[in-house]
Amino acid sequence: MRLLTHNMLSSNIKGVTNGFPLRIEIEKVVEKQVDFNADFLRNMFPKIEWKALVGAARTLGYVELPEEVEPSRLDSEDFLRKFHHALLELHLEEGALVCPETGRRFPVSKGIPNMLLHEDEV
Amino acid sequence: MSSRIAQIRLVSSHPEVYEPCDDSFALVDALLADRKNLLEHQPTLCLELGCGSGYVITSLALIVGQEAHYIATDINPHAVRVARETLEAHGVHAELITTNIASGLEKRLAGLVDVIVVNPPYVPTPEDEVGHEGIASAWAGGENGRSVIDKILPVADNLLSEKGWLYMVTLTENNPSEICLQMKEKGYASRIIVQRLTEEENLQIIKFWRDFDSQLEAKGMVANKTVSSRVMESLLSQFHIMPFLRGSNKQQ
Repeated sequence: MRLLTHNMLSSNIKGVTNGFPLRIEIEKVVEKQVDFNADFLRNMFPKIEWKALVGAARTLGYVELPEEVEPSRLDSEDFLRKFHHALLELHLEEGALVCPETGRRFPVSKGIPNMLLHEDEV
Repeated sequence: MSSRIAQIRLVSSHPEVYEPCDDSFALVDALLADRKNLLEHQPTLCLELGCGSGYVITSLALIVGQEAHYIATDINPHAVRVARETLEAHGVHAELITTNIASGLEKRLAGLVDVIVVNPPYVPTPEDEVGHEGIASAWAGGENGRSVIDKILPVADNLLSEKGWLYMVTLTENNPSEICLQMKEKGYASRIIVQRLTEEENLQIIKFWRDFDSQLEAKGMVANKTVSSRVMESLLSQFHIMPFLRGSNKQQ
C-alpha cells in the first residue's frame, strides 16, 4: 500500500466524524522503485492532504518532507523527488490502519488494506 | 512494449473469483473503442469498483498508461489478491483495497476521480443473495439486477471530478434507459459505447459524463415536471438502434 492510498482512506465506521488520517501501525515496510513523472506529481499535489502525508512518511521513517509547502516548490526537482518517494515508493506491506476516533484496526496484509466493516459498524 | 490490453493467459485465478467473461470483454472493448478520447482526457486518478480478477483495471492501465494512478476495490478479499497478481504479471500497478464499493474512499476521493469503470453484479437474483462473501458477490444483483447498481450510481456521482467519466456494464433486464434517465437527473449525459448479444445476455456498456445541458435540464425538471417527458423522448431517440429498449418502455 502506497502512502498515496493512506492519504485517500478514512475510517468508514458509522457515526465516526473525525476518521482521517488513519494512524499507521507498522509490521513491515518495503520500498519499491517507481518511474519519476513530474507532471503526474504536479497533477496529484492539489489532491493530497499534505500534513497527513508528512505524518505518514515520518511514521515510516522518512523525514525529508517539509511541514509546510508552497505550490512554488513544485518547480523544484529536488522537492518533487522527495514527494515522489514518500507518495509512491514507500509501501506499508504488513500492519494496520487505525481509526483515530474509535481505535478500530483495519488490517493491511500483503500490501492490501481491508476496510470491510462488521454488520454493527455499517 | 506491453500489449494494449490484458492477456487471458496472464490473468490469475482462484475458485472464489469471477473469471473474465463476455461482460468483462465487452467493457474492455468499450475502453478500447474510446481509447483516443481516454488518452486526450489525460486522467490523473482512475478507479475500478469491483475489480474481480483484475482483467479490466489491468487493461485500463495498459490503455491509458502509467501517467495516471489506478485504484481498484473488491468486496471479495480473494479477488483483490488475484487482481494484484494479474496486474504484476502485466507489469502495471494499481492500488488495491478490500472494501464494499468505495467505502473508506468516499470522503477523500469526492470530486477527484477522472475515470470510473464498473462491471457490477447485474444478474437478477433473490434480494437475500446480494453482497455475500465469495464469488456470488460478483453477479448477485437482487431485483432486476439493480440492487448494487443503484448503490453504485450515487457513489460514482460523488467521486467523479468535473471532467469525470463513468463506464458501466448493464444488462437489458436492468432497464438501462431508466438508469440513463436517473443519471440525466443528476446532470449526466450518456452514450452506449458497446452493445453485445451473447448466448445468454444482452449487454450494454454505457459511458456517462457530466454535461452542462443535462445539468440545466436537471434543474429545469425540478421546476417543470413536463420536461421529464421530453428527456425520455430524447433518450429514446438515442436508442433507435435498440428496439428491445423501446419494447421495455412500452410496458411501463
